Amino acid sequence: MADPRGFLKHREREVPAYRPVPVRLLDWKEVRDELERDEPTLRRQASRCMDCGIPFCHQGCPLGNLIPEWNDLVREGQWEDAIDRLHSTNNFPEFTGRICPAPCETSCVLGINQPAVTIKNIEVEIIDHAFEANIVEPHIPQRQTGRTVAVVGSGPGGLAAAQQLTRVGHTVRVYEKDDRLGGLLRYGVPDFKMEKVHIDRRIEQMEAEGTRFRTGVEIGTDIPWDELRARYDAVLVATGAPVPRDLPIPGRDLDGVHFAMPYLHQGNQVAAGDDVPDQITAAGKHVIVIGGGDTGSDCIGTALRQGAASVTTLAIGKKPPESRPGSQPWPTDPRVFEVSSSHEEGGTRDYLASTVEFVGDEDGHVRSLRVATTQYNPDGSRTPTAGTERDIPADLVLIAMGFTGPETSLLSSQGGVSVSDRGAIQRGDDYATTIDGVFVAGDAGRGASLVVWAIAEGRAAAAAIDEYLVGTTELPAPVSAHTQAIRA
Amino acid sequence: MAAQTGAPQPGIGLYDPAFEHDACGVAFVATLRGTAGRDIVDAGLTALKNLEHRGAVGAETETGDGAGILTQVPDRFLRSVVDFELPEAGSYAVGVAFLTPGEEDAQVRAFEEAAAAESAWVLGWRDVPVNPEPLGPSARAAMPMFRQVFVVVDNLSGVELDRRIYRVRKRAEKAGGPFFASLSSRTLTYKGMLTTYQLEQVFPDVTHELYESELALVHSRFSTNTFPSWPLAQPLRGIAHNGEINTVQGNRNWITAREGTMESALLGDMADLMPICTPSASDTASFDEVLELLHLAGRPLPHAVLMMMPEAWQNNDEMDPARRAFYEYHSALMEAWDGPAALHFTDGTLIGATLDRNGLRPGRFWLTDDGLVVAGSEAGLLDIDPAKVVRKGRLQPGRMLLVDTAAGRIVEDEEIKSQLAAEHPYEEWVRDNAVRLADVPDREHVVHSQASVKRRQRAFGYTEEELKRLLAPMAREGLEPLGAMGSDTPIAVLSSRPRLLFDYFTQMFAQVTNPPLDSIREEVVTAIGGAIGPEPNLLEATPEHARKILLEFPVIDNDELAKITHIDADPRLKDIFSARRIRGLYRVRDGHQGLERRLADIFDEVDHAISQGVSFIVLSDRDSNQDFAPIPSLLLTSAVHHHLVRNHTRTRASLIVEAGDVREVHHVALLVGYGCAAVNPYLAMETVEDLAVRGYLGDVTAEKAVANLIKALGKGVLKIMSKMGISTIASYRGAQVFEAIGLSREFVNRHFVGTPSQIDGVGIDVIAEEVARRHADAYPASGELPAHQRLNTGGEYQWRRDGEEHLFDPKTVFKLQHATRTRQYDVFREYTDRVDGQAKRLMTLRGLLEYRSDRHPVPIDEVEPVSEIVKRFNTGAMSYGSISAEAHETLAIAMNRLGGRSNTGEGGESVERLYDPERRSAIKQVASGRFGVTSEYLVNADDIQIKLAQGAKPGEGGQLPGNKVYPWVAETRHSTPGVGLISPPPHHDIYSIEDLKQLIHDLKNANPQARIHTKLVSEVGVGTIAAGVAKCKSDVVLISGQDGGTGASPLNSLKHAGAPWEIGLADTQQTLVLNDLRDRIVVQVDGQMKTGRDVVIAALLGAEEFGFATAPLVVEGCIMMRVCHLDTCPVGVATQNPELRSRFSGKVEFVVTFFEFIAEQVREQLAQLGFRTIAEAVGHVEVLDSRQAIDHWKAKGLDLAPVLAQPEPGRALISATIQDHGLDVALDQELIARCEGALERLEPVQFDVPIKNVNRTVGTMLGHEVTKRYRGEGLPDGTIDITFTGSAGQSFGAFLPRGITLRLLGDANDYVGKGLSGGRIVVRPHRESMMDDTKDVIAGNVIGYGATGGELFLRGQVGERFLVRNSGAAAVVAGVGDHALEYMTGGTAVILGSTGRNLGAGMSGGTAYVLDLRPERVNALALANGELSLSGLDPEDEVIVRSLLERHVVATESPRAKDLLARWDEIRGRFTRVLPAQYARVRDALAELEATGGDLRAPGAWAEFLEVTRG
Repeated sequence: MADPRGFLKHREREVPAYRPVPVRLLDWKEVRDELERDEPTLRRQASRCMDCGIPFCHQGCPLGNLIPEWNDLVREGQWEDAIDRLHSTNNFPEFTGRICPAPCETSCVLGINQPAVTIKNIEVEIIDHAFEANIVEPHIPQRQTGRTVAVVGSGPGGLAAAQQLTRVGHTVRVYEKDDRLGGLLRYGVPDFKMEKVHIDRRIEQMEAEGTRFRTGVEIGTDIPWDELRARYDAVLVATGAPVPRDLPIPGRDLDGVHFAMPYLHQGNQVAAGDDVPDQITAAGKHVIVIGGGDTGSDCIGTALRQGAASVTTLAIGKKPPESRPGSQPWPTDPRVFEVSSSHEEGGTRDYLASTVEFVGDEDGHVRSLRVATTQYNPDGSRTPTAGTERDIPADLVLIAMGFTGPETSLLSSQGGVSVSDRGAIQRGDDYATTIDGVFVAGDAGRGASLVVWAIAEGRAAAAAIDEYLVGTTELPAPVSAHTQAIRA
Repeated sequence: MAAQTGAPQPGIGLYDPAFEHDACGVAFVATLRGTAGRDIVDAGLTALKNLEHRGAVGAETETGDGAGILTQVPDRFLRSVVDFELPEAGSYAVGVAFLTPGEEDAQVRAFEEAAAAESAWVLGWRDVPVNPEPLGPSARAAMPMFRQVFVVVDNLSGVELDRRIYRVRKRAEKAGGPFFASLSSRTLTYKGMLTTYQLEQVFPDVTHELYESELALVHSRFSTNTFPSWPLAQPLRGIAHNGEINTVQGNRNWITAREGTMESALLGDMADLMPICTPSASDTASFDEVLELLHLAGRPLPHAVLMMMPEAWQNNDEMDPARRAFYEYHSALMEAWDGPAALHFTDGTLIGATLDRNGLRPGRFWLTDDGLVVAGSEAGLLDIDPAKVVRKGRLQPGRMLLVDTAAGRIVEDEEIKSQLAAEHPYEEWVRDNAVRLADVPDREHVVHSQASVKRRQRAFGYTEEELKRLLAPMAREGLEPLGAMGSDTPIAVLSSRPRLLFDYFTQMFAQVTNPPLDSIREEVVTAIGGAIGPEPNLLEATPEHARKILLEFPVIDNDELAKITHIDADPRLKDIFSARRIRGLYRVRDGHQGLERRLADIFDEVDHAISQGVSFIVLSDRDSNQDFAPIPSLLLTSAVHHHLVRNHTRTRASLIVEAGDVREVHHVALLVGYGCAAVNPYLAMETVEDLAVRGYLGDVTAEKAVANLIKALGKGVLKIMSKMGISTIASYRGAQVFEAIGLSREFVNRHFVGTPSQIDGVGIDVIAEEVARRHADAYPASGELPAHQRLNTGGEYQWRRDGEEHLFDPKTVFKLQHATRTRQYDVFREYTDRVDGQAKRLMTLRGLLEYRSDRHPVPIDEVEPVSEIVKRFNTGAMSYGSISAEAHETLAIAMNRLGGRSNTGEGGESVERLYDPERRSAIKQVASGRFGVTSEYLVNADDIQIKLAQGAKPGEGGQLPGNKVYPWVAETRHSTPGVGLISPPPHHDIYSIEDLKQLIHDLKNANPQARIHTKLVSEVGVGTIAAGVAKCKSDVVLISGQDGGTGASPLNSLKHAGAPWEIGLADTQQTLVLNDLRDRIVVQVDGQMKTGRDVVIAALLGAEEFGFATAPLVVEGCIMMRVCHLDTCPVGVATQNPELRSRFSGKVEFVVTFFEFIAEQVREQLAQLGFRTIAEAVGHVEVLDSRQAIDHWKAKGLDLAPVLAQPEPGRALISATIQDHGLDVALDQELIARCEGALERLEPVQFDVPIKNVNRTVGTMLGHEVTKRYRGEGLPDGTIDITFTGSAGQSFGAFLPRGITLRLLGDANDYVGKGLSGGRIVVRPHRESMMDDTKDVIAGNVIGYGATGGELFLRGQVGERFLVRNSGAAAVVAGVGDHALEYMTGGTAVILGSTGRNLGAGMSGGTAYVLDLRPERVNALALANGELSLSGLDPEDEVIVRSLLERHVVATESPRAKDLLARWDEIRGRFTRVLPAQYARVRDALAELEATGGDLRAPGAWAEFLEVTRG
């Protein structure tokens, strides 16, 4: 049993510090300082978990991570059981423990009155500990079912589904259009947030379990969707939601105005040692990032490491409140002002900034941004306030305003999968598309979301596919295709 | 046959006559003078009339529950009224036959033929004169015809004649003969469905001048129900009984089982006499039948009584070894018939009385100088000149009073028992034959492979949660773990998961009609060990009867099991005992047919083993594998048990169970309850060994873990037994005190014969399917165990995503809080939709009910407004102490604003709140601890609620550990900060239904304006109890579901005791309506009430008021942390920690909004159903249909028709009138009138009044008048001073406030000074009496219960549990019975003489001074743990004792006390001070704190204080 008084004995959160900013800006390595990891501190933090009658964290996590269980196991130093319990709901805690925004912590019951338990840090420590102890082993199925599955996309959702399906004896091949596996994990997330060794280690385990991978193959282009369907007993579409939201204002086609993702992609390629001709780089430039989300923040860190002259983030809305507003009561996941590791590293953040025009120089290169103050209208819409325009110098503009959804044209035309008016792939609660044997999971189904949702969907879709293939399933399904987080 | 035993009423809906209970007044009168006389019969009739208040009447005041008289055969009288020749007295048998009108000829013929078959001759029949005039209509309608029959057998007389007559009667009964009130050559009974006054009016025979006897046994019955029945009245043929046999189901089964081995030369061919116990007879009737058998088969009546009702010998080291051996020997022959009992018995010459082992019924007796002996339930039964009384005594627990009218003397308990014990060399017999398992040679320890633990855990459905929450704590601490906040998961049959068969059974528990026991503080009366092995002929006594194996514990480890399975390896035991292992596995592939076939094969194997003389059958599921799954051990055990009972071979062998599925206390209790001798929970043991090895148990080793587990399981069983009031494992074994919920009746009737299953349910097919699913989890079809998952998560005790569904889950908690905090009705609907919407997830029985669609709606604006509906709402009884002041007061304010009612819970109420109209709680609870229950508290109540049981842990007490008794909590509870408080399992003034009636009367006197509630928990038969409660004149009855409850509760209680409220409420409504009692009582319901739909369903099932507890707490901010018992509630709801309290975020408006929303939903649904008010809807069960749960693999077998049964139209469905409490005739009316000057003008008043035992609760209403005017301070000391002469009825001076002195010359009954609140009570003998303080009894049991202040001076001996839970009164007494000073938390006691056993159990405060204390009589555990310290008097103590003694002398004129004072210097050294150690430390620390000006409320001060005072 957990220590019922732990939260009264240890009141503050303690997590390992990041490396000092000047030091970490010199490399692409993870910002977390390995030397700061400390087992007594960690176990003390784990003892703050109250082992709730209703663990809202466990609900807040789409995966249904058994957070109270492994918190207590860490408190007791039962590392082997802790990783087992963690793995029982989460295929890849090393990913979520690093890059998940941790809705578990915002729904932690302790968080009502005290700083929440450091769940995410405990999670990552458990898996790191397990890798260090060499106890993450392949789970090789004892027999094959003879059924085959194609998983399209090697992001977290696709990988989770592939691992689940492989482990129950299906023959699974994962197709990835990029040259390396991992999807957004590989090329969307900079190394300073998560080093790629974590992906490689997992792929190694999966290969040992029997999952097969093909990179550099784009389904729809290299293999038509209908053909793929014909080659496999089932197909899982896990291609993400890569279509970025654009900012169609004057000057959009000027040089130096880019979507964030190609920029980050190239940055990651370079960090991996690739040569990238004509790389978009921030070196020596005044960089403007439009959009205050996680992608924007990744752009900041990347730009600063590339040696940007300045980095400014523009957000169209108000500065989020420092603490949970009344309209987003506990245990919902609130939008509050956050300082990521990248924000700590430099740059400025500007709010209520409506970009009205990209202003170019004579070479057709962006020179500055014309920005007006955002005005909130009674109907809830936001417009630039006339007369408040000002110009901000810019050499590189990165649009990080989110994503609108999946690529569906070929899937629909070749594969016959129905797509809704709003561009979403139609699917049932069980992840099945309108085409028999074709399933969709992750951002491709849900729209852009968090890594935990992707893994949760991948796991659940695997269960659905397993059931489709053999009639029953023993695999868990943590969420349905239409499960939503608790909202006020 | 039913007509014979008086259960003519067939079951209707949920009502089943089998659940009727009764309790009574009982008395006998006998003379030692050697001659029969009319005077004795008259005295008997008078005593009977003075027991009127212990009986009851139902809806018709002129119809009694039953009364009767048993005398010697009045030969002179009979001779004078028959027109045929009678042989000499003793040579003919006579008895009153109850003939069914219209069938009388056939019945007479059947009897005469039976007589002829036994060579007996019917001399003639006589029509008994009857005057039906005074009878009520229903009694008259059910009245049989009465004829006396006279029977002779050549050359036989006395007991020999009675043996033959017994054969005649048994034959006749089987052939359709009449019921006989008695039929004997020695005794004659007249009885019927009468009030005590009617007996002599209806049967003029008994008043005939020639009707003479040397003895008269009388009985006044109080039944829970009033269904017409004449035969149920008592006395029976040999006994009159005040009590209840808790184990009767098992006792009957065992008797049936023994029928195969019974032989008696005296009785002849036994085949004609079977069955011994008439089916469907009452518990007392079965007892009577077996007693009759044992007696007629050759044992003297007292011997037979001691076999069936032995005293508590197991833990009594003071007992003479020969007597111990007598009991030990007989315990191997027959289990005790356990339960509270005052048993009076007679064979016509001997007449006696005895009490159960724990003295749970009152018993008093008197002897006069002319040889008259009077014994009975009360003092004051006869008006006897005090000057003639030479002895006043009381029956002590397990002791016997015997009058030998032939010898003309009283035979003392000691003499009877010594004589019986000396009859055979029992000690030798036991020594030579019984084998202690510990003495059997040890076998090499076998270690089973750990490798498969995990797979087998899966096969038996173990979860991670069970490992962590149940097994690890048991293995670590040796104790069963606690939980809080009740249970909100579906019952087994509604769960979509496979559940263990154990989960379909719920524990029954004692409420109202019998008390639960206190297995911790009153451990001396319990016994968990016992003899196992084959039983020979019950009707003989040979040395071989002692051949048994003695087990100390019902749970055994592998080594002990190995000893038993290899018992014949010991050369000394080789041809005596043997064992055989039977495999309880079946081929899982074959499904339920395979299971059935395997059971049939097992029966054959067992029969074969028994025919070979095997003495121990070991039922084992140890070797399950891929193909063979385990049969649920409970099914295996019970099926074999009942198979053997049916074949009358059950007692030839004992059943041992080696079971992998057993891991909870509840599981062991069930296995023992269905007949097994010992349980070996091998997988649970392997599991804790594994936990220890894997480092989960700290420094507890694997061996220690197993030992702890076994201890926890065994001790837990003792606690479960205690809940039902059963004290020994031998009696519990096979007693089947469980009900099935959701099991098919056919299945239950086959393998669990006699177990109620009210709503039908799943059969063996689903049971097999559940086994198969668990098995598939261990041996999955894919062959792959899931990666990373050892076991399933669980989620029964805490919510988990992949676990069991809970009504409160993250979504419902959030939506409820959000809706009420932001006042959004649409969000509230989202919350209720999720709770109510059970189409997808079945959670509750009400989820299976739906409104009929053919109703005509009314416009919603015609429905009564929200403001009317909320008046019917109450919040639950949560004490201040269990929840914080903030949480408590917020609820109170909200309910006061709404016009509903909040409840104090069991924690008192501070004076500021009592008088604050905003913050007071309208309902004041009275629970077993009586914390804070003062005159002032009661006077300020709107409603007073007696908590008989609580949903989370019915039948158990509670405990507030010292660290939670913060100063402010201690203040309202009248206790000491830092000293733990215990609520006993029973109310020590409610051991029976008539005791409840008395407490209701007491509370009504304490506040005539308040409604009195009785809170019950739903279980099978609760409707019958509710009817009894209505007859006790309770104004409100509250039915709680099994699922409610905050605070700490053992997990087995939380999950496995009680039934859903839907069943209990429907049962209550149906039974009340059936009895036409519904109009006089308000019915309230609570238990996981969460939505408007819940309220409407409850109303339709019969409730008119509704209680909510958990939901309003959630509204206040509770997030179901379920740590109420740990004081760490992080949201300030259930904690006293000031820091955590500051986090409380609840607001009155939120709670108000919640109830308004609920009421609004109620309105909408009423409109939809076409009702304009709740009152219109109450009881209209026809509006409900049961939804067929066709998609649910388990619930589809349920049958809710009994829940929806409609009562006969024409009777009230809702309360319409009020109870008549009879206060206008109370003696207090006169007292109040005469005290007017004192009440109004503080003028001292002093006067004398005569008093009788029928004057109950004297002084209490007067006290009410004082407190009403002068609050807690009362009047100046001695303002009112009243002297009474005579025998006072029960509860003399209850709740007496300061300023009143009551002096009694004579004696008093039970509960003197109950709740004494500052007044003074003096009880002393009459001036002319010859009483001796040191021997004679002055007052009864449970004196000063829950007293908070005042003084008691008692010149004489008193009964059991003196000053139980006293927290402030000072008392002087000459001597006390068992369990004195129990649970005392404050005050002072001076005991000038002998004490009974178990003094100071649970005493945590106050000081006692005992003259010549025998330390072995002090609670052993408390002494051993250093909780009580014994020492001499210090100078300060001397002053206290001396001054109390001086005052005692002034008040009582006790010559003895005077003498002690005179010799003070010599005497003072003989006093021992009994002082609770923790209390002493706290007292010293508080004194020091006061001296230094410290403040306990300062930050950190409390923790420091606890540190300083810790022992």
